[in-house]
Amino acid sequence: MTETKTNPMARQGQLKDEGLIFERSSDGRVGYSLPVLDVPEVDPVSAWGADAVRGDIAGFPEVSEVDVVRHFTRISQHNYGIDLGLHPLGSCTMKYNPKLHEVVARLRGFAGAHPFLPDEQSQGALELMWNLERELVEITGMPHVSLQPAAGAQGELTGIMMIAAYHRSRGDNRTKVLIPDSAHGTNPATAAFCGLEPVEVPSNEQGTIDIEALRAAAGPDTAALMLTNPNTLGLFEERIDEIASIIHDAGGLIYCDGANLNAILGKARPGDFGADVFHINMHKTFTTPHGGGGPGCGPVALAEHLEPFRPRPVVVRDADGTFRLDHDRPQSIGKVHGFYGNFAMMVRGYAYIRAHGALGLRQIAEDAVLAANYLKERLKNDYELPQDRTCMHEVVFSDKKQKAHGVTAMDICKRLMDFGFHPPTVYFPLVVPGALMIEPTETVSRQELDEFADALLAIARECEQDPEVVTSAPHTTYHRRLDETRAARSPVLRWVPPSAD
Amino acid sequence: MASKPGAGARNDVRGGGRYLSLGQAERAEMLAAVKAESIDELFDPIPQAARFSGDLELQPQMAEQELLAHLQELSARNAPEQRTLAFLGAGCNPHYVPAHVDALIQRQEFLTAYTPYQAEVGQGTLQAIFEFQSLVCMLTGMDVCNASVYDGASSVAEAVLMARRLARRAGKVLYSGGLHPNYLEVTRTYATYLDIEFEEMPVGEDGRTVIPDIGDDVIAVVLQQPSFFGVVEDLRAAGARIGESRAKFIVATAEPLALALTTTPGESGADIVVGELQSFGNGMNYGGPLVGFMACRDRDKRNLPGRLAGETVDADGKRGFVLTLSTREQHIRRAKATSNICTNEALCALAACIHMCSLGRHGLADLARHNLAKASYARDALVAAGATLTYTAPMFNEFVVDVGTDAALVVAACAERGLVPGVALGRFDPKRATQLLVCATEVHSRAQIDELAAAVREVTT
Repeated sequence: MTETKTNPMARQGQLKDEGLIFERSSDGRVGYSLPVLDVPEVDPVSAWGADAVRGDIAGFPEVSEVDVVRHFTRISQHNYGIDLGLHPLGSCTMKYNPKLHEVVARLRGFAGAHPFLPDEQSQGALELMWNLERELVEITGMPHVSLQPAAGAQGELTGIMMIAAYHRSRGDNRTKVLIPDSAHGTNPATAAFCGLEPVEVPSNEQGTIDIEALRAAAGPDTAALMLTNPNTLGLFEERIDEIASIIHDAGGLIYCDGANLNAILGKARPGDFGADVFHINMHKTFTTPHGGGGPGCGPVALAEHLEPFRPRPVVVRDADGTFRLDHDRPQSIGKVHGFYGNFAMMVRGYAYIRAHGALGLRQIAEDAVLAANYLKERLKNDYELPQDRTCMHEVVFSDKKQKAHGVTAMDICKRLMDFGFHPPTVYFPLVVPGALMIEPTETVSRQELDEFADALLAIARECEQDPEVVTSAPHTTYHRRLDETRAARSPVLRWVPPSAD
Repeated sequence: MASKPGAGARNDVRGGGRYLSLGQAERAEMLAAVKAESIDELFDPIPQAARFSGDLELQPQMAEQELLAHLQELSARNAPEQRTLAFLGAGCNPHYVPAHVDALIQRQEFLTAYTPYQAEVGQGTLQAIFEFQSLVCMLTGMDVCNASVYDGASSVAEAVLMARRLARRAGKVLYSGGLHPNYLEVTRTYATYLDIEFEEMPVGEDGRTVIPDIGDDVIAVVLQQPSFFGVVEDLRAAGARIGESRAKFIVATAEPLALALTTTPGESGADIVVGELQSFGNGMNYGGPLVGFMACRDRDKRNLPGRLAGETVDADGKRGFVLTLSTREQHIRRAKATSNICTNEALCALAACIHMCSLGRHGLADLARHNLAKASYARDALVAAGATLTYTAPMFNEFVVDVGTDAALVVAACAERGLVPGVALGRFDPKRATQLLVCATEVHSRAQIDELAAAVREVTT
């Protein structure tokens, strides 16, 4: 095998078959401490009645703090992570998560603040939110930002709901949302959620929106276009002006999916190219940690005509410089989060923006785009490149050449693990069969870009000479390829205590 | 090149230059490799009209130590750094988070990992989700639990939508007057464009929800345990009533610690159990991130939104875990998905999982009894200080008192003394302008509760 010498995934020697925490339990161990009870004890049975009180929580483990720490540390070692290296996941913008962010998010005044503290006692938190909104206003070129959505998909939902509320407030009954076929799955799901009918708009041969098809689809029933720009092929919609005119002339609004904001920081602003709503993934562009799937933070930037509909409450600054939450927003779509959104993620995102300033953010976009184009050049002779033109921050290849040897994009992904890399996004966008969608970001050195390209080139050779080594990968990870079909066919979704069987 | 950061050939050392992996020499080599004259050439695909050519007018960049000082200064203007004593709960609950919980979730393998779609390099996250799902099932008495949703509020909204899918018909949702008002508002927002009519079931004099006759047009009944007012509902009786109807029984919780002591929603006949798990292992963070969860019966699992981890084996037959039943989700099912949710609250769910494991079989109930004692003491102390207890039904770690005057003014007056006595309920309902929702937990000492009672007595007399 030709794996690189430093494969952080090949750590079999250190890893143990840990088992479930429930299987480590032993009667009488404790993993917690409690202060002496300095008030009279209250017996729940006498306070509530025996009927209202449950029995023992059968199955919960009895483990010490040591057991807990070792268990979760051991299983953590079965994970890959950003600090180990490249995560070239297209549309995910997996960049380095600064260590400072974990410190500042835990400052007592932020981490310990209750959302129902009086506004006078939350001035620091409110000012941070207000500042962050202003920075995002400038970055997006749009007049307002709501920080409330908890993730990108909720930002989308908020955006489409505001658009629906806007049309409704004008007595304008519009039922359709136009969505390019290269869009994320959250887009049609969101439209359906708002009772609107998603209508797919095809891409042209250049991988961008088919303008004539868009023109034909747009009409008096068009509520919105959901547009990802740059799109999921990593291409900027070059005819964005026409696209915007077609939709706006038809009376529709443009919702722009901001998953790919990293490519255009300081280079183009959605407010300048026609967006009426634009969502931002703080956990992508502004690098709040992905956490194995969340939490995220999905602010939405919005045009002036949508401002009355934004989620409430809204942070306002009074003439005397104090901040408060304004709940009196009669046209608001309502709340989308129990409180004000994922504040601790806002602290991190704000720190990141303030670390960079205007020139630093622009350098991010330039380096991210340069890195993607560099990988495109290094790989395009060996992997099918459906769109051979300058890309933005990500490049999409397909497995077409390797398919000829019986190797799929998923096999290539699994084989990459043996070379010490997290796989790219695979089988997306749907418009490219067998897609391998690669986004290196600006936090990868040239050495690592070359190592990654070398690995993919070596795998391309293996596909020709020894395809079996690829189709049976991974070979060096602690777990070999996992059987997803079996998991779905007879789902085991929890551990069951033996006695309860 | 106008876009060079700082002067000279080095990356900028004042701000975020340290996070960039390319140096000027590499940039030049890579530009040559892609056959571009300048970096600007790579941005040619952006049409001129859409191009932003100036410099963004952002605040000046800061070095790490400057940034830390700036954020410390902002943090210092929030109550916790002024040692303010607060008795606030209301779904964002003050509990002690053990040091090892935070240490473990800061391991880069958990903190920085991607969603474990590639299971072979995400087993740590997947196994933790599987353990999380198992713990929540045992806590709630349910069969299946998802890997988390955003928060308690959106979990109720998703539960109502799920009930609507299961019912396959338009209809009415009855909700308790003791449902968290913010949960209700988010649920109404989510349901704006659906054929669902909402109707409140008022709380009775003792504070418990009065379950009316449930007609055939009702698709779901939503109760909160304990209620927003801190009242422990009689779930068993409610479940028996609802069980006679066609409606789905949804139980929400904003304080899951209570479930360590109360009859489980599962044994009370709940069809869907949802809510907030922030109480376990997560700080308050000015209200977010939180940890929503959704649990249901095995028969309904294919209608459950959100990610699910399931057990399987690898090519060698070794036990492992994968994300499964994903045909429910947006990335596969698109417009027909059960929800549009993608990112969830994985790291917060991990913190909850770790804390629940550490508390274990006996600790959860121990901690819950500790909370019950502290809040009971606080209730008695406030009544002795002249406040009136609003509800007589059993409580857990929160309760409502009537302070006989505008509670918002009482809060403001106490706040000036460095103490926030509770949530003034007039903000949710003008008829409750004299009521205060007070929370006491293991983080409050007897002396602090005495201080609370003294402050309330002082400002109300």
